[in-house]
Amino acid sequence: MADPMIQLDNLTLGYDRHPAVHHLTGTFQKGCLTAVSGPNGAGKSTLLKGISGAIKPLEGGVRMTGIASDDVAFLPQQAQLDVAFPISVLDTVCMGHWRKSGLFGTITSAMISQAMAALDVVGLNGFESRPAGALSRGQFQRVLFARLLVQDAYVMLLDEPFTAIDEMTCEALLAVIHQWHDQGRMVIAVIHDIAQIRQHFPQTLMMARECIGWGPTNEVLCDDNFQAAREISNGWVEDAAICERVEAA
Amino acid sequence: MVFSFGGLDLGGVELGRALAAATAISFSGAPLGVFLVLRRLSLSGDVYTHTLFPGVAIAFLIAGESVSAMIIGGLISGLLVAYLSGLVARITVLKEDASLAAFYMLSLAIGMVLLAGNDHAEELLHVLFGDVFSIDHTSLLVIAALSSATLFTLALVWRALVMESYDRVFFASVGGGGAATHMVFITLVILNLIIGATALGTIMAIGLMTIPGASARFWSRNLGVMVVVAITIALSASLAGLICAAYTGLPPGPTIILFAGAGYVASIIFGRFGGLISRYGKRPHLEA
Repeated sequence: MADPMIQLDNLTLGYDRHPAVHHLTGTFQKGCLTAVSGPNGAGKSTLLKGISGAIKPLEGGVRMTGIASDDVAFLPQQAQLDVAFPISVLDTVCMGHWRKSGLFGTITSAMISQAMAALDVVGLNGFESRPAGALSRGQFQRVLFARLLVQDAYVMLLDEPFTAIDEMTCEALLAVIHQWHDQGRMVIAVIHDIAQIRQHFPQTLMMARECIGWGPTNEVLCDDNFQAAREISNGWVEDAAICERVEAA
Repeated sequence: MVFSFGGLDLGGVELGRALAAATAISFSGAPLGVFLVLRRLSLSGDVYTHTLFPGVAIAFLIAGESVSAMIIGGLISGLLVAYLSGLVARITVLKEDASLAAFYMLSLAIGMVLLAGNDHAEELLHVLFGDVFSIDHTSLLVIAALSSATLFTLALVWRALVMESYDRVFFASVGGGGAATHMVFITLVILNLIIGATALGTIMAIGLMTIPGASARFWSRNLGVMVVVAITIALSASLAGLICAAYTGLPPGPTIILFAGAGYVASIIFGRFGGLISRYGKRPHLEA
């Protein structure tokens, strides 16, 4: 079987026909650990939504080879959940078992042990019966990572996982990301902290609606690319003309 | 048959049927109320009651004062509006509340136009405002059957409903059927509004769902416990309200809701989680 990979094929994503991601072509290779970087409004979140299948392309497509569509886990930016919702930490983590349990399947004791082990990994040992709403922002982010651990997907899409997270939590969650990488999973994360990208992510995709650079981090994160990213307008042009660009195949 | 309570005769078979109907409605409506509150749809419940109107009116014009016909008519128009507004919200720019707001006013207008000039429209009003003491045997069976079906369905979709209520983005990302779950839930709500309306009246029916649901939030941070608390409040209010109404001749629907309201006020004041005393009472803080 061919190596698992995700190919973006002239991918254009957007809202109301206005592109947020414009003619993006490239490949996320097997087991890659890629940071997606770029200014606000660059289309980074839109790209992750497009890969996860939450939004449909305006043009082009996302081609997955050797990866089932349900083998993709997605952590959205700042999940805004009701803090007073009556659910325990353990139940929140067990939501990650949905693909296996479905509507009627039992949450087996093995699944519960798995959830407990995941809580242990993110440093929340002993938190299982607490109400999810009683946690701090950082602790809750750890819970969401535990849920991703339980989901056990091959592709992990993380949208700004460390925004408003303290250093200690950040270190703990980066350790989880490295563990996924060591297991050969594919991790694609939107990250703003350039130093963090240099230190932890071997590949980088820099974008500002268009692709600015995609490859080894130390090559992509260069002054020319930062300059280029700044220059591309992130503006929404109300009366933009229809895009006639044809990408060479 | 005469029911006696503490040596007092409280009424005949009518009170018995009323108590049975109210019990059934409390058991199925209160859990739905908990989810209405959690899904921030407490006010939409009131809107959905209005969507029953054209169907009930058409059923009334065709079949006269038949409770079963009106249940079916109300169900059809209620579901039609719920699905249409859900569809508009999903395929256009409008959000569910705006789309629903337009459709429910339309339903109300259609119902009123249909009934204009009808000499017997007053009889319909009597039905719309419900009379729990005039429930007949057939209606009671219909109410009991629909309540049981609601509880059964709720048990079936429970996991999906909890996940979709808590984190719909995640639920969608793992391939859960968010729209289907929402529609099953709204169908149950409409079904229970209808059976509640036959007993308590359309306006009061939503009260027996949302008031216990809102009160339950003050007593637990566990969903299962919240549901039990909500059922207990709904049941106590129904029984107390019915007995009080039978004694005093007050209208039963509003009396039941007033008792539920008393439970709500008590929950606001004494509730363990976020009640006034627990929030503002002077108690020393804990060590950690």
